[in-house]
Amino acid sequence: MIAELGLAALWLSAALAVLQMVSGALGLRDGPDGQNGPDGKARAQSYAIYARPAAVVQAFLAVLAFGLLLYAFAVTDLSIKLVETNSHSAKPFIYKLTGTWGNHEGSMLLWVAVLALSGGLLAGLERRLPEKTMSATLAVQGFVALGFYAFLILSSNPFERLPVAPLEGSGLNPLLQDIGLAIHPPTLYVGYVGLSIAFSLCMGALITRQVTPEFAKVLRPWVLGAWVFLTFGITAGSYWAYYELGWGGWWFWDPVENASLMPWLAATALLHSVSVLAARDALRTWTIMLGVLAFSMSMLGTFLVRSGVLTSVHAFAVDPERGSFILALLGLYIGGSLAIFAVRASSIAEGTRFTATSREGALVFNNVMLSAILAIVLLGTLYPLLTEAFDVRVSVGPPYFNPAGAIFAIPMFAVMAVGPLLRWKNDNPGRIQFELKALLAIVIAVIALVAILGDYSVLSLLGLGMAIALAVAAFLPLRGRVLRRVPLATWGMVMAHFGVAVSLFGMASESAFTTERLAAMAPGDATDTGGWTIQLEEVSPVAGPNWTAMEARIMASRGDEEPTLLTPQARNFWSPPQPTSESALITRWNGQLYAVIGDRAGVDARGRERWQIRVWWKPFVTFIWYGGVLIAMGGILSIAGRVRVDLKRRNAKKIAGQRRADLDALDEDKLPEPAE
Amino acid sequence: MMRALYLVPLALFLFFAGLAAFMLNQPKQQDVPSQMIAQPLPEFSLQPAIAGMPGVRRADLVGGQPRLLNIWASWCLPCIAEAPHLEALQSQGVEIIGIAVRDRPEAVADFLGRYGNPYTRIGADDISSLMIEIGASGVPETYVIDAEGNIRYQHIGDVRADTVPLLLEKLEEVR
Repeated sequence: MIAELGLAALWLSAALAVLQMVSGALGLRDGPDGQNGPDGKARAQSYAIYARPAAVVQAFLAVLAFGLLLYAFAVTDLSIKLVETNSHSAKPFIYKLTGTWGNHEGSMLLWVAVLALSGGLLAGLERRLPEKTMSATLAVQGFVALGFYAFLILSSNPFERLPVAPLEGSGLNPLLQDIGLAIHPPTLYVGYVGLSIAFSLCMGALITRQVTPEFAKVLRPWVLGAWVFLTFGITAGSYWAYYELGWGGWWFWDPVENASLMPWLAATALLHSVSVLAARDALRTWTIMLGVLAFSMSMLGTFLVRSGVLTSVHAFAVDPERGSFILALLGLYIGGSLAIFAVRASSIAEGTRFTATSREGALVFNNVMLSAILAIVLLGTLYPLLTEAFDVRVSVGPPYFNPAGAIFAIPMFAVMAVGPLLRWKNDNPGRIQFELKALLAIVIAVIALVAILGDYSVLSLLGLGMAIALAVAAFLPLRGRVLRRVPLATWGMVMAHFGVAVSLFGMASESAFTTERLAAMAPGDATDTGGWTIQLEEVSPVAGPNWTAMEARIMASRGDEEPTLLTPQARNFWSPPQPTSESALITRWNGQLYAVIGDRAGVDARGRERWQIRVWWKPFVTFIWYGGVLIAMGGILSIAGRVRVDLKRRNAKKIAGQRRADLDALDEDKLPEPAE
Repeated sequence: MMRALYLVPLALFLFFAGLAAFMLNQPKQQDVPSQMIAQPLPEFSLQPAIAGMPGVRRADLVGGQPRLLNIWASWCLPCIAEAPHLEALQSQGVEIIGIAVRDRPEAVADFLGRYGNPYTRIGADDISSLMIEIGASGVPETYVIDAEGNIRYQHIGDVRADTVPLLLEKLEEVR
């Protein structure tokens, strides 16, 4: 019954998406805001009126469908195929629940549930846009949702029954029983879905030619929210890869990682251009383009990950047929929206002008740099696809991405430091020459200091210098202001920019100061790296529920402190057979010690068995993720600030409206009744 | 002029969509060639997989004539299909050394009884350690090892009738 209810809820949601799409589109045929004469007005009310309720009810039904699947997983209903393949009655309860979205069908259901919920929120709460723009937005949103319902119901039905229910499920893979894996994909999904709402809003505004500051204010919280989730998701994913893969790196430029980075880059650019549009009514077409681009990148990511068209270290359930389906959706939405863009963009009047040395100028520059970095990542990710069409297999890695990205990242950071200090519209750079000189002096001083200390690469030196200068610059917009009166959104910007500095410092520090030691050690041997003394006590076999491992016991100490025990493992899972490396970490405020155990390395002169032990000391590496968290928190502060201002404004309007109504009522009292 | 510029994103996207649609329908080359080709065999020593036949050490693959190293298992269905072709190779004077992956002695003996035994030695690789060290991505795989103990050629998948002359040619090449 549960499964059938869920499927019925899905079909009903899909039907409501059709209603939402059709009634929204019909609402467009009427005159401006449905007020073209008595006849047209009646039509507008008869059609467009259904779009909002359709979206709201759809949200309830889609969330209900997801809730039902969640319940099926919670009680391990083995008559459902998805539960049978992905769950097991002996799983810990929390992993039974997370198993709901730890697979293709369930994660797509989560996707449409969040999509419908966002659509419902938009339809139910947003009253600031012109009614026609809202109709167009809801029509596009219904169209997007419909595609995903079709994908889910036709090619990935999560509620499919088994003819005979087995006694036990077959999904006890412990590799998937990881809290990081349970949280990080849905976080990214919420971000992607948020961008789809931004996309619908952009298309609605483009179709009805209403690309206005008011529209930007409606768009902004959706972009900010999506961006916060993407930032958290990427940060968590990077840390997960760092400790789980045991390679000592935190970013590998793998296609799946890039698939999450590209929407983030586009969303970051969009976030800033939306602010320009909201504050200054400039960058109209550019903002629309970025809105389309950000959603394109999240769909492209889904396509690359699910279709298996690129080879990645992340093994996903890959299915070319599903790939074709997503590609068809991609062609429909992105191709369609770009075609509308090509036709309509020139009819959106150009926005307000500004000079290069203004806050808009700085934001445009950063936007261009972010887009350039996005182009570089996109090209590097898709290049193997292009060459494979000519039968050449290549893989593109850090030697391309790092320097090519840095060419644009460095000027971007420089402008990011001074941009917030500039005034809108037109500014005289001489006004902030003291700040400019001070920041430049910091960069030079840090680079000189570090260069004296040792021999480091140009990029990491520049990174360190800019990180320190950026950290200072982040707080400069607060100078000379009454801190209590500074709007929350400004605090958000300060915090996010400071987060970028912190993250950049972590990256540069990790690449400049990491020391590494690879040694063949027998129990009793000692070695050292980065001021740590590492002593191998013993290597012994240990066994887990479905793996065996060789575990090293390593005592690590620094200076006079008590030694800390590290137990890295080389694990062999047998179902499915897969070797993994479990790293061991010691976290200090100024860095992390990272140890892994490798293979047997023969015997030493005294006949003792030796093991490969690899140890890194990574100064300030944790700052990379602290920075990521700060950036996301900045986004949250900013949303809170904007929403608070919006609510205040709405209240003020209501009070003013009431006062006017009272006055009108008073006036009417004095006037005689109008004649019939 | 501006109008033409607005068409650029659409053109780029159409190019990508066309390429992706084309690549989706291409047969996917999933084989990952071993990074150990043209490298010397690593040091290893495997216990005999069944009583009555010797195990395999690296030294057994060095000196004399080039040999074939065949990774197989009694639980692997394509291994049944390739058994007659391995026997054909053996009958032409090729020495084949077997590595039984994650197997049991009685299952190995049963397999050899049913489908023939083309091997001079069979080592038991119970934890796939040799497989990983020589870069094998699955079972079965067949490697050409020259007289110096270097890996010279890797055949991924079962040996078929048309693979036999190819392997003989490769063996001749490294002689």
